[in-house]
Amino acid sequence: MSSSPCETCPANAHLAQMGLKIDKYDRIVALAGNPNTGKSTLFNSLTGLNQHTGNWPGKTVTRAEGGYEFNGIRYKLVDLPGTYSLLSASQDEEVARNFILFGQPDCVVVVTDATALERNLNLVLQVMEITHRVVVAVNLMDEARRKGLEVDVRSLSRDLGVPAIPITARTGEGVQTLLTTIEEVISEKIQTKPLRASGTVEFRQAVEELSGMITGLIPNIPNARWLAIRLLDGDARVEQALLNGELADLVANQRQSDLRLSSKTALAGNQ
Amino acid sequence: MATLSDQNLTPQDVLARAQALRPRLGAAFRDEIVKSLYGEAERIARRAVHRLEDKKWDLDQRIDRIVTSPVWGLPIMLLLLAGVFWITIVGSNIPSQMLANAFFWLEGVLAGLFTNWGVPWWITGFLWHGVYRGLAWVVSVMLPPMAIFFPLFTILEDLGYLPRVAFNLDFLFKRAGAHGKQALTMAMGFGCNAAGVVATRVIDSPRERLIAILTNNFVPCNGRFPTLIMLATVFVAAAFPPVVASFVAAGSVLAVVLIGVFFTLLVSWALSRTFLKGEASAFTLELPPYRRPNVGRILYTSFIDRTIFVLLRAMQTAAPAGAVIWMLGNIYVGGASLANHIANFLDPFGLLLGLDGVILLAYIIAIPANEIVVPTMLMVYMGTGMMTDLPGLDMLRTLLVGQHDWTLLTAINLMLFSLLHNPCATTILTIYKETRSAKWAAASVIITLGLAFLVTFTTASFARLLGWV
Repeated sequence: MSSSPCETCPANAHLAQMGLKIDKYDRIVALAGNPNTGKSTLFNSLTGLNQHTGNWPGKTVTRAEGGYEFNGIRYKLVDLPGTYSLLSASQDEEVARNFILFGQPDCVVVVTDATALERNLNLVLQVMEITHRVVVAVNLMDEARRKGLEVDVRSLSRDLGVPAIPITARTGEGVQTLLTTIEEVISEKIQTKPLRASGTVEFRQAVEELSGMITGLIPNIPNARWLAIRLLDGDARVEQALLNGELADLVANQRQSDLRLSSKTALAGNQ
Repeated sequence: MATLSDQNLTPQDVLARAQALRPRLGAAFRDEIVKSLYGEAERIARRAVHRLEDKKWDLDQRIDRIVTSPVWGLPIMLLLLAGVFWITIVGSNIPSQMLANAFFWLEGVLAGLFTNWGVPWWITGFLWHGVYRGLAWVVSVMLPPMAIFFPLFTILEDLGYLPRVAFNLDFLFKRAGAHGKQALTMAMGFGCNAAGVVATRVIDSPRERLIAILTNNFVPCNGRFPTLIMLATVFVAAAFPPVVASFVAAGSVLAVVLIGVFFTLLVSWALSRTFLKGEASAFTLELPPYRRPNVGRILYTSFIDRTIFVLLRAMQTAAPAGAVIWMLGNIYVGGASLANHIANFLDPFGLLLGLDGVILLAYIIAIPANEIVVPTMLMVYMGTGMMTDLPGLDMLRTLLVGQHDWTLLTAINLMLFSLLHNPCATTILTIYKETRSAKWAAASVIITLGLAFLVTFTTASFARLLGWV
């Protein structure tokens, strides 16, 4: 396919798979996305690990972690379970939601299915409510072409306010560009302006007041705005987490490599 | 106000404030959020995605029309499964035979060498007739079927067929009061029950998740498939003319799988009406596009992740098991070996189930890994001094039928017992970790073992009542 000359340019950055060598890292990147969009395939090709991939939704139910080095910067890559939204409460979705909320990833890459973009964008919009450091990877471009679909990523980037990069994880097409973009979003060389629900004046005021209270209650909480919206919405799970101190615990613990399983499952690759 | 009393702000205050603010936002606020989300997604997608050519009929959809149709879905599924078993059985027969011959020839040579060097008999016996023989059995009985079955299974998985299986079976699970996604976790169980138990995390409702966990063991895992395939080939099929033997073997493995699915549904139904009462919840199952399987990926997954993984695990347990069996068979108390004593003690109970004492002893020794039940059993039979050498797999039948009074009932009940009995140690541990409850982990053992006893006892009694054995 038409790979841009930059991708093959020798001056271009070099990718090194780091496998499980993630005890030292400079950045954390989370891979989110709907089920079966090829997150694990991208994860494997970047880290050189063999996280089991399978053509069915729900293959990954825990998070897997691995590392890669790009342009001399070491990244820890966290493969999250596939989810359709961040609003519901099954355990695999909660793993994803908690990590995006409190794992303080430097960048969240939302892997989307080019052949079913509309449904995938729901999650993108929800992730953008939480963090502004988002890169949308429009995966399965080969399948889209086969189905006679053309995805205008420039229009997509413009509408979303975050970069959208077309890739085919299976062949590696576009992956270099994706990695460069991740780097630039983290270093804020690319300024994102995520599209967020602005709502009415009352809504904005209510969100502001409530997020102020949340920050007062739990200092260092990274996503007070999103939590405020969830509380206004009456999200029972978030209310419960606030009342029983779970939220505060999550903020304290999430940064640690808390899921003992994760490295083991990444290694055995047979989850 | 909140800003003034930051010091003693409590979560309750925040919640109360949220509740107070909510009415100001208007009644439709909640729907607005979701609606604007969907509307925005639709608008953006419509602008970004263009259909270049109107392909009148998607090939995927055309295939799905057939493989998930109410009429053809289930028959196609059964045919595919039967085909996979048949290829495995036909293909692994000769390599198994060759491996067994080679390994046991080597055992003879090496043991002879040790004897010539003047190594004490018990070291030679322990090492070569114990540990080595255990390993040799595991490799020759299990490696060929696995090397054929796993790639085939992985192709189906990579192709995207498994979610279609779940789709076809959904209505059955719903009727059993369980979650439709249980069909998916059940399919995962065919790979490994421990993995199937972990996979139940995709089920939201704790009630339905527990049902899925407790019943996952009723589908035979990769570790038990070789056992079933071997029993079907050597014992069940051998009772039929050679022309149809391989079909009978494939058919009986398929029958065992169907019985497993039947018990999954039955136990799910019983649980959802007694201890875990409730209604089945609705869910959306996405049928992923069919994808051309990636050859390298399939080979990696089926050989490294599955074949080597299962084989290594089996060998790790087979070596010590082989040593234990050799010792049980060679330590004599009061004129008979320990193995004989234990087997004789278990015999009445075993016979009641249509099995015998040796089989039960083998199951006890093989609790750490189901993979080694048949090798263990054979080693106990041989270790009891009835037979010192076994030249090949074709002799197996002669040995067991001729000298240990095996009947068709023994083989069938052994297959049933292998299907229904308790999960392996790894799975039990996984259930404990996932449910965080020793009670449910124990329940998984009691339910499965109880059912295994009940079913084999029933078939044995029936067979005897009707004078078949």
